[in-house]
Amino acid sequence: MSTGDRDPTVYLDHAATTPMRAEAVAAMLPFLAGSFGNPSGSHRIARTARRALDDARETLAVLLGAHPGDVVFTSGGTEADNLAVFGIATGSGTALCSAVEHPAVLQACLAVGGSVVRVDRRGVVDLDMLVDQLDEKVRIVSVMLVNNETGVRQPLETVVALVRDRAPRALVHTDAVQAFSWLDVAAMTAGADLVSVSAHKFGGPKGVGVLVARDRATPLRPMLRGGPQERERRAGTQNVAGVVAMAAAAEANVRDREEASRRVLKLSTRLVEGILGAVPQVHEAVAPGLRIDAICNLGIEGVEGEELLMVLDELGVCASAGSACASGAIEPSHVLLAMGRSTEEAKHHVRLSLGHGTTQADIDSAVPAFAEAVERLRS
Amino acid sequence: MLCETCRVRVLVGLSGGVDSSVAAAMLLEEGHDVVAATMKLWGGSGDSGCCSVGDVDDARRVAARLGIDHHVFNFSEEFEQSVVVPYAKAHALGRTPNPCIECNRHLKFRRFLDRAVRLGFDAVATGHHARIANHGPDSLPRLLRGRDAAKDQSYVLSMLTVRELSKVLLPVGELTKPEVRSRAAALSLQTAAKPDSQEVCFIAAGPGQGPRERFLAERIELHPGRIVDHATGSVVGTVPAVELVTVGQRRGLGASASGPRYALEIDAASATVMVGSQDDLLTETVELIQRTWVQGPLPVGAVVLAQASAHGRPRPVTLTETGVRYLDGPGRRVAPGQTIALYTGDEVVGSGIAA
Repeated sequence: MSTGDRDPTVYLDHAATTPMRAEAVAAMLPFLAGSFGNPSGSHRIARTARRALDDARETLAVLLGAHPGDVVFTSGGTEADNLAVFGIATGSGTALCSAVEHPAVLQACLAVGGSVVRVDRRGVVDLDMLVDQLDEKVRIVSVMLVNNETGVRQPLETVVALVRDRAPRALVHTDAVQAFSWLDVAAMTAGADLVSVSAHKFGGPKGVGVLVARDRATPLRPMLRGGPQERERRAGTQNVAGVVAMAAAAEANVRDREEASRRVLKLSTRLVEGILGAVPQVHEAVAPGLRIDAICNLGIEGVEGEELLMVLDELGVCASAGSACASGAIEPSHVLLAMGRSTEEAKHHVRLSLGHGTTQADIDSAVPAFAEAVERLRS
Repeated sequence: MLCETCRVRVLVGLSGGVDSSVAAAMLLEEGHDVVAATMKLWGGSGDSGCCSVGDVDDARRVAARLGIDHHVFNFSEEFEQSVVVPYAKAHALGRTPNPCIECNRHLKFRRFLDRAVRLGFDAVATGHHARIANHGPDSLPRLLRGRDAAKDQSYVLSMLTVRELSKVLLPVGELTKPEVRSRAAALSLQTAAKPDSQEVCFIAAGPGQGPRERFLAERIELHPGRIVDHATGSVVGTVPAVELVTVGQRRGLGASASGPRYALEIDAASATVMVGSQDDLLTETVELIQRTWVQGPLPVGAVVLAQASAHGRPRPVTLTETGVRYLDGPGRRVAPGQTIALYTGDEVVGSGIAA
C-alpha cells in the first residue's frame, strides 16, 4: 500500500496489522460519540447499542459459520486464544498444541502444563506425533489454520478427524487469525469447536476479536468475571464501536476475498520471483504450495534480519522478522527453530506480508529496494 | 577517519541512562545526523538490571524527546557467549574477571560498531566519560581521561585501539557528571536523575557476596577450599567456595598472630587458597596477557603509569617483555583476570590483563 504520491512508503507487514477498511471506519464512528450507550442498560440509548451489538454478532456468526450464541467478543486474538485454552484445559496433560502456534496459544498451553506437538521441516504439524500424544486425558488440541510467520497452512480437517477418533472427549481449537483475510474460514473450521479471529488483521480496529465457542465447548470457564456479558464467558462492557467495525470489516473482507486472493497470488509471485531473480543466495523458508500467498518468509545468506529490516526501513520498505520481546528486540523465530533451523539460520530471515491494498507499484518498488539493501549489507 | 568539524552519520548507543542520553543530545546540537540504538544484552522480559525493559523504555522515550529514530539490537546471544560464559569460566579457574571490559571489547566496540559500519554509519557514540583527541585524517586518534576525574571511565576503554577509536565519539567526556545531569534536566530528559549503574549488570543487585555466589552457583560448581599459610604450608582454615575468593582479599580468611591474612594465590584445581601477610602480597612486577596498544607497541623500558582498577591510583612502571615493573616500590598483587590500563599523563597507551 502506498500512502500517497509524496510518501514512498511500501508497507509489507500486513500480517502484523493492516489498515482499517473505509467501511469499518465509517461503521464505528457513530458509536464513538452519538450512540455511546452501554449495551447492558435498559433505556433507549442502551438499546441502540444493544441492537448494534446483536446485529454485529449475527453478521459475524454467519461469516464464521457459527450460531450467534457461539460468538464471544474478546479484546483480540490473544484473549480469544487464551480463553480457548484456559477455558477448557483443566491441568497438566490436558492441552496439546503445535510447536508453531502463536505465543498466545503456545504460552497458554505451557502454562496449564500442556504439551507441544512437533512440526516437520516444512512447518506442518507432525500427525504421527499428534496421534502418539493423544490420550483420554487430553481436553483441548489447538492447531492453527495458517501460521503467522511462514504462512504455512495446517491440515485442520485431518487433525479434527484424528482427535475425534483418538480422544473423543477432547475439543479442537484453531487460531484463524491469519487465515480470515484469505481463506473460507467458515467452511474450513466447521469441524472445530473453538475458533479465534482478530479484527485488526482483516481491516477492523485493534483491540477486538472473536472466539467462536460451539455447544461442545460449553461450559467455557471465563478468565474475566464480574458481569453477565457474553453469556458469562467474558465479563466486561463490550467494545461496541470496535465490534461494529469488526463486523463491517469482516463483511467487506468476505465480499472481496476471492478477487483479493487472486490479486495477491499474482503480486506475491511477482515479489518472490523478483527478489530471487535479483538477489543471489536468497531462499524461501517454505515451499509456495504449502503457504498462503500473502506471507513470504525469506532466508538471506550472510545478512542478519535485524540489519536488513533497518536498511529496508531507511529505503521506505516496512517488513518484519521473528517476534519482538518486551524490550522491542527481535527474538529468533520459534517457528523457524521448531522447523529445525538453527538459531543462526533463524536470524537471517525476514517476513514480507501482503494485504488487500498492496499494489503492483508497491512490489515494483520493494524488489529493487530489497536488492539494494542486501547488497549494501553484504559489501 | 572522522573530521571534527564535519557532519557525520552517527549511531549512538542509548543505554537508558543519563550519560548516553546527553551524548545523543550533544551530537544533535553539533549538527550530526544521529540515530539511536539500545543493545538488548541480558535478561528475559524481567524488569531489573541492565538493559531491562524499563531501560529500553527510557531510551525510547529519550530518543522520541530528541526527535531521533531508535532501534533495539538483540545481542543477547553474543553477550552470553563473549561475556557471561567467560566470566563464569574465569571464576571456575580462580581468576577475577572484569566483565564490563569484555562487554566493551566484544559488544559495544566490536559487534555494535561493526553493525553500525555495515549500516552505513561513520561512527558510533557512547556515554562513556573519556575523551578522544586528534580525530582527523592526518593523525591517529588518542584516548584521554574524561574531564571529570571522579567519573573517568578511560580504564574500561583501555583495550581500544585506533582501529575502533577512529570511528568512536565520546561527547560527555568533556563534561563533569553534574554538568551532564544539568544538561539532561534542561532538556527535560527523564533520565536526568537516574542513578549511575553499579556492579555487574547481569547479576541482580544485592548486599554482600550473596548475589554473585547465587549467580555462579547456577553456572559452575563451587568447591569448598583449604586455606594454606604460604610460609608454613599448614592448613589454617577453610573457605566455602574457592571460586569466590579474590587475590588480595582479606575478609573471611581469618588472622594469624602477626595480623590479618590475605589471599596471595588461588589454585582452583587443588581447591587451595594460599594466604600470607600484607607484606607477602607485595610484588615488584605484574605479568600481563592479552596486551593491547592504542597506537602501537611501546618499547621495553618505556616508563608509563599503570592503573589496576577503574579508579585506582596510577603508579609509575617500566614496561618489561611480559608485563610491567613498579618504579616507586613494590605494589599489591593484582588479581589474575583484572585489567591494567597503561597511561602517559592523561592518555591511555595500552592495556593488559593480569596473568
